[in-house]
Amino acid sequence: MELNAIVNAISEKCPGSILKQTENHGINEITVSAQCFYEVMQTLQGDGCGFDMLTDVVGIDRMPRAPRFDLLYVLLSMKDFSRLIVRLEAGEGQEVPSVSSIWHSANWGEREVFDLMGINFSNHPDLRRILTWENFDGHPLRKDFPLEGKDFDKPFDTKTVKDYC
Amino acid sequence: MGLENQLVGDNVLVTSMTKLVNWGRANSVWPCTFGLACCALEMIASTLANFDISRFGSEVFRPSPRQSDLIIIAGTLTKKMSVMVKRIYDQMADPKWVIAMGACASCGGVFKSYSVVQGVDQIIPVDVYIPGCPPRPEAVLAGLMKIQEKILTEKLGQRPDVLSGTLQ
Repeated sequence: MELNAIVNAISEKCPGSILKQTENHGINEITVSAQCFYEVMQTLQGDGCGFDMLTDVVGIDRMPRAPRFDLLYVLLSMKDFSRLIVRLEAGEGQEVPSVSSIWHSANWGEREVFDLMGINFSNHPDLRRILTWENFDGHPLRKDFPLEGKDFDKPFDTKTVKDYC
Repeated sequence: MGLENQLVGDNVLVTSMTKLVNWGRANSVWPCTFGLACCALEMIASTLANFDISRFGSEVFRPSPRQSDLIIIAGTLTKKMSVMVKRIYDQMADPKWVIAMGACASCGGVFKSYSVVQGVDQIIPVDVYIPGCPPRPEAVLAGLMKIQEKILTEKLGQRPDVLSGTLQ
């Protein structure tokens, strides 16, 4: 779908929600505001735009910047195989509405972002860590997390690992 | 030339119990079907016809830890996985032996990381370390032969499992 048509469809539903629109290596990207993020995603999934698949959820830590994180949602339309990247800026401690009720694949994607980046998602059905274990301390892909982790070279005991299973 | 010639006469062989038991154990070291990362593929390759681990009596990879004598820790052990590895090792019946295969299992390898156990000897006792990243199948066989050498020198009543009373 053409970027202009997408922008028009979103502007009808939620005026002023698109802060920026760019094209990068042939893939369209829009930056949306946090206020109407969920409505924008609903519009994109709806029949008008038809992005029926969420391929990936990406978190980026841009630490010195004021809203600390960038969230990228990579969408794919199975009708014409066009892609769209939706970018959302999120500050530390800010809750982002979960889109797992729109695309089921967001469930694990958002769990991964929560686990490694420490971004909280509101209305997520099952927001637990997915790659590290239950009592893991910290969020490893944050820039202020030590590269090798805390106490990586200390003697290790399996009893210190508490997991969901 | 072999045992059958010795048995032609009155069918009596004299040996010590230790030698007989160790001979049996050393030539039927059944490994646990267990792999963690790329080292597991080299372990699998060592069982195939080109390298043929069955020449040493270890071709019977058991799907149950209850039936295995040897666990080859083949690959990177993450802290999340370590709980399961410890459980599998604990489920194995004595006598049992452990091979740490490759750099990751031996010392953490290139993964100086919060998520990787820096050597499986931190959670279970290791008998033989095989260096390499990953080790070739020949190295796996060499490690297995080292285990066999170790078994042949063991004193039955002085194994750690006997002394600690865990052997039933």
